Amino acid sequence: MVPFYLLITIHLSDSKLLMNVLIKIVIVDCCLGNLRSVQNALQTLQVDVFISNQVKDLSNADAVVLPGVGAFREAIKNIGSLRSTIHEDIERGKPFLGICLGLQLLFTESKEGGIYSGLDVLQGQIVRFPRQVKVPHIGWNTLRIIDDNNPLVEGLQAEEYVYFLHSYYAKIKDRTMIVALTEYDINFPSIVAKKNIFATQFHPEKSGKTGLKILQNFLRYVRK
Amino acid sequence: MLTKRIIPCLDMKDGRVVKGVCFKNLQDTGDPAALASYYEEQGADEIVLLDVSASYENRKTLLDVVRNTADKVFIPFMVGGGIQSIEDVREILLNGADKVAINTAAVKEPELIRTSSEIFGSQCIVSSIDVKRVYVKDQDEAPGKIVLNTAIGNCWWDVYIYGGKMSLNIDAVQWAEMVAALGAGEIIASSLDFDGVQQGYDLEFLKAVSTKTTVPLIASSGAGNPKHMLDALTIGKADAVLAASIFHYNCFTIREIKEYLAQNGLSIRI
Repeated sequence: MVPFYLLITIHLSDSKLLMNVLIKIVIVDCCLGNLRSVQNALQTLQVDVFISNQVKDLSNADAVVLPGVGAFREAIKNIGSLRSTIHEDIERGKPFLGICLGLQLLFTESKEGGIYSGLDVLQGQIVRFPRQVKVPHIGWNTLRIIDDNNPLVEGLQAEEYVYFLHSYYAKIKDRTMIVALTEYDINFPSIVAKKNIFATQFHPEKSGKTGLKILQNFLRYVRK
Repeated sequence: MLTKRIIPCLDMKDGRVVKGVCFKNLQDTGDPAALASYYEEQGADEIVLLDVSASYENRKTLLDVVRNTADKVFIPFMVGGGIQSIEDVREILLNGADKVAINTAAVKEPELIRTSSEIFGSQCIVSSIDVKRVYVKDQDEAPGKIVLNTAIGNCWWDVYIYGGKMSLNIDAVQWAEMVAALGAGEIIASSLDFDGVQQGYDLEFLKAVSTKTTVPLIASSGAGNPKHMLDALTIGKADAVLAASIFHYNCFTIREIKEYLAQNGLSIRI
């Protein structure tokens, strides 16, 4: 028989959990490289965050983060069996955040090292920067916000700096999904969004206070 | 607009930062993570952790440092020193670093650059090159090398490995082109002639590498004051400047340097 005092403790801790509504974020483990930083950044924002490549973990999470460094071909291969789960989650309206390569994976196809199909939840093609600039595009560059109303950029000042580390960018026809643009020889989309899908070409987890603000905005959207 | 980057370098031995004299307010100036976080607060654009002891026994200590730094720092950081294999690269990235700098191992085994950039992406593989000038009368004296006319005389640049201990008789400008072709996403150019002297960077070498390669260039060795950094970024055409002594011993703050560079018309994140 369970002692009475223990029942009370359980009851109290349960209600405490409910009050805090600790949201669960899953970071999709699809890519080689630094996932730890994304996890660290989210952890400072008081959420339950874990890294996984299991279908059930994705399904149980309140929101999905697809980070990524590395090559498109490898990453899309590693996503493999998660593909249909990601599609279903997005369809059901689960908040989704793609970061860097994670943004690129959401699009129709990439021309990185050949032509490879992406997740195709956003329409567009991933192409390389023009020859006349140094590639990769590395460093701090400014955001020019196009869609002020998007929840991801709430509270951001004009021209805030964020950190980029990439050689390819998304070429898209549907301008309505562009939230922010950045200039590097050409103007390319640095933040895109469509309903519950958000994606940044830069690394919010490496963009100091501005980056943390953007992640916080995403979490605020998740909580709603 | 893309800004020029200011990158403080922390030289570490056995997991501790080699002491500086400019951090009176910091309780533990030997803790790499604490110092990195202090630099982030000051406005550093990136941080480099360089393991100067870099021995096999120190590997675990280094990974602890990488993890602690990743927990505290929310700007990119690079780790260099003694990286020998794909496995080393993988471990360092998985523990939270954003980039690795490969030096000696890349010269001994250039395929390491190719393979690691294919697996992890060019953006996180940095080729660090140590060079020393070789003065010659004219091009005929150095066939096959890129001889340039500098303020001090004609010279070409030789690649050195093992922390500057061994000369290779390889043309450094050509080697830089080679590592970029192999897949390195960035190049750090360090000069053994100019290192520690604090009289400025090797501007002629920087300019040669920057104009011959298509990847970003990080200038290293020689900064004694902010003007030296300005010269490296303008005359030397570098994309970033890396320095240690200017912060550790000359006590310039990152903010001071950035304000100076911005006043001189450079695009800087302040």
